[in-house]
Amino acid sequence: MEWEIVMGLEVHTELSTKTKIFCNCSTQFGGEPNTHVCEICSGMPGTLPLLNKKVVEYAVRTGLATNCTITQYNKFDRKNYFYPDLPKAYQISQLYLPICRNGYIEVDTDDGEKKKIRIHEIHMEEDAGKLIHDEWEDCTLVDYNRCGVPLLEIVSEPDFRSAEEVLQYLERLRAILQYIGASDCKMQEGSLRADINLSVRKKGEEKFGVRTEMKNMNSFKAIQRAIEYESQRQIELLEEGGVVTQETRRWDDNKGISTAMRSKEDAQDYKYFPEPDLPPIEISDEYIENIKNNMPELPQEKKQRYMTELGLPEYDTNILTGSVYLVRLFERTVEVTGNPKDSANWIMGELMKFLNDSQTLPENMSFEFDSLGKIINLVNSGKINRGTGKKVLEKVFTDNVEPEKYIEENNLGAMTDTGAIKSVIEQVIAENEKSVNEYKGGKTQAFQYLIGQSMRALRGKAPAQEVQKILKELLG
Amino acid sequence: MEILKMTATELGASIKNGDVTVREALDAYFEKIEKYDTTYHCYNTLCKDEAYDRADEVQKGIDEGKYTSPLAGVPIGIKDNICTKGIKTTCSSKILCNFVPPYNATVIERLEDAGMVVIGKLNMDEFAMGSTTETSATGVTHNPWDINKVPGGSSGGSAAAVSAGLAPIALGSDTGGSIRQPCSFCGIAGLKPTYGAVSRYGLVAYASSLDQIGPIGQTVEDCVNMFSIISGKDEKDGTSMVYPRFSTEDALKGDVKGKKIGIPKDYLGEGIAEDVKNAVLEAAEEFKRLGAEVTMFDMPIVKYAIPAYYIIACAEACSNLSRYDGIKYGYKSDKANNLRDTYIMSRSEGFGMEVKRRIMLGNFVLSSGYYDAYYQKALKAKKLIQESFFEAFDKFDMILGPVAPTTALKIGESLSDPLKMYLGDIYTVMINIAGVPSMSVPCGFDKDNMPIGMQIIGKPFCEAEIMNAAKAFENATDYHTKKPELK
Repeated sequence: MEWEIVMGLEVHTELSTKTKIFCNCSTQFGGEPNTHVCEICSGMPGTLPLLNKKVVEYAVRTGLATNCTITQYNKFDRKNYFYPDLPKAYQISQLYLPICRNGYIEVDTDDGEKKKIRIHEIHMEEDAGKLIHDEWEDCTLVDYNRCGVPLLEIVSEPDFRSAEEVLQYLERLRAILQYIGASDCKMQEGSLRADINLSVRKKGEEKFGVRTEMKNMNSFKAIQRAIEYESQRQIELLEEGGVVTQETRRWDDNKGISTAMRSKEDAQDYKYFPEPDLPPIEISDEYIENIKNNMPELPQEKKQRYMTELGLPEYDTNILTGSVYLVRLFERTVEVTGNPKDSANWIMGELMKFLNDSQTLPENMSFEFDSLGKIINLVNSGKINRGTGKKVLEKVFTDNVEPEKYIEENNLGAMTDTGAIKSVIEQVIAENEKSVNEYKGGKTQAFQYLIGQSMRALRGKAPAQEVQKILKELLG
Repeated sequence: MEILKMTATELGASIKNGDVTVREALDAYFEKIEKYDTTYHCYNTLCKDEAYDRADEVQKGIDEGKYTSPLAGVPIGIKDNICTKGIKTTCSSKILCNFVPPYNATVIERLEDAGMVVIGKLNMDEFAMGSTTETSATGVTHNPWDINKVPGGSSGGSAAAVSAGLAPIALGSDTGGSIRQPCSFCGIAGLKPTYGAVSRYGLVAYASSLDQIGPIGQTVEDCVNMFSIISGKDEKDGTSMVYPRFSTEDALKGDVKGKKIGIPKDYLGEGIAEDVKNAVLEAAEEFKRLGAEVTMFDMPIVKYAIPAYYIIACAEACSNLSRYDGIKYGYKSDKANNLRDTYIMSRSEGFGMEVKRRIMLGNFVLSSGYYDAYYQKALKAKKLIQESFFEAFDKFDMILGPVAPTTALKIGESLSDPLKMYLGDIYTVMINIAGVPSMSVPCGFDKDNMPIGMQIIGKPFCEAEIMNAAKAFENATDYHTKKPELK
């Protein structure tokens, strides 16, 4: 029997504002516990929230970038629940009038079609604190640093039919959020989190199956595995004549399984009601127009332009525009070299290899973006050869060295003095009498060997063509 | 003149011209408090050390012209739900019995910037839930006019202290009548400002959309001067507004000639005590004599006021009060030995009956399946109530009515019957729902010599208008000059 997987996504992203959504505390990740905390974000009696306007701006930008309608009169609501990571015992969120509605993001399906994944709504809310369960001390500690960090929750319609669609959507959403500066989307730091609602049904059926909600996936790989596991679990259950229970499940990436957290019956009644401490937010046409006009080029637009204007292949543009950090590197490199093709090739070839080998995400590249362009220029002008260029790039990638300085210090510059090259090659000929004789006897491999020996003696600093020419001359 | 016989404004003037020092004013009040407060229990906490610590700086500031407010140097009592940095703020609840805020409410910053000196924290109904001050975990405050009667509530400590002369002036808060009703029961003046006129930052929330801090004073003038200090936009409170313009001169003109005053017939119907009704009608006659045009009109929406108020207030309250968990601050049960029990037992032991009742009521009306039937309907009623006020204000400059159906009740009389207590709020809660300002001033005494109060309700941000009318009435009468005899 053929089964169809139906999924919807709830994505939470932490916004990259400097301060929290309702107070002036820093949002910086990784501070000492409870150092980015004040009376407001710790929910002390009598304190009141004050909205950070930057959050509204990022929300509107995100909405416009994902084809949403902006709700011009929107309000906050209270979501009440009792948990130690939530010091007010309610989260300020948006239920009745979320700031963005009815948008979409396009993905490519397996058969090459474009498909719109509809966005139901995007709303603003505050993050909760973090509980640290200390197994040794037999206690749980609370860190309120994250409390009040602004979040956008981006809720899709149940439009996904495969894990590939989910991953594409997430990659595109991440790229958009990074492009518009709304979030750095670092999954390891929790600034991009996705919950997946998943159900299965027989192909051709109209009615949705019973769904489960999966939480706690902190990488794209985990998401893919979780989808595979959960859809398989539901299909097996149904094929054995069982039923799927509506519940929230927790993904355990180490074990590769999901386990039930709580069932629908235990679902909390959040007792939402309009937040009385914050006045409604009114967004004018001018405000929206202004954001529209200052919107940076978005991934899909960039991709088109790279293909048509720069003549790059689609595969390359997909990868380049997939991360704003690669885009920034690429565009800087083009600025430095004036050569889009070489810039793209170096990134696609050499840099991607370093990224993959070291399992580094583009957002964690920590070198001067000028360096790649400088290396390309040095190679193209013959100052260093390509092999040296790669070595220098690796050094740039790992230690952020300055290319020219590094080349000079390590004496890696190409030899341009023909006389000097000639004398080194003469020495090689003198030391390899046997190969010289073999060559003269008609063995062509011997010539390759002599080139190799010459390059080694020249420590790779002479242009290969020059070496070949001189060697040929000397051997007559 | 004797310090304790002065109004707050008179005391401010005497300090300014050097007849009285700040220290002398503090001495006089602390001495009287020590003598009488064991009997009346207006104060939860006295801050003698802090007050005297500030006295010299304030005196110097006044002498050097740094503090120019008419109330500079005047001692003030603060309702115990307004946060004072380094001074216990308990809301008269066991659950906050040891809570010392690390910050000041904006109103405290403002009155200190004006050179006023906080002398103590005043008793109230627990979390401002109640109309008698009997729900206080520290015990009831006694009415200075009759020690066996309640002072009203929830700002009962504030009103009783000003009435008894244990504070020259005080701050209260009003969510459904909590300034006006105790002022009425104690024979003094009080203002519930327009919602948004005074910052709520640092006011421990009961019902956020209705709460408002306001002055409680011996005279209209005291309230005017106090309001001018505390009102105005505060960056820390998103619901506070830029006050259009408040002129103390306009507010103290005392001239109602040609003003149109409406009296809702529904405010004088079933349930009102004869003495109260007569006093209000007599006040209406006084306004006519002063040149105002007084007309009766229908306001049938009154019947929805109590249910709408208790639904909205309890819904917000249950959410506002869910942060008290016995962990972060406040009372923690020592009987619990795990987290869940700590929550349950701390809250069970820490909250009083009335607070628990309202928390449960609030949770009920917000529950899924009931939200539409209760909360949503209450919001509709709120809209209708606002509309009927706007309609009335098309015809009238002000609305006049009683504050409460009766004068102060005997201690214990309403505690056993919460519904009776709720119904006592019938004339006041609507004003909070509509968000408009209302001033309570004394307008007579009943047959047992208990004070009767009336309220003058105004358009949003027209505090000066209603204070001007109250001042005109005060000028024409002597109810505000009568003082209770303390025991």
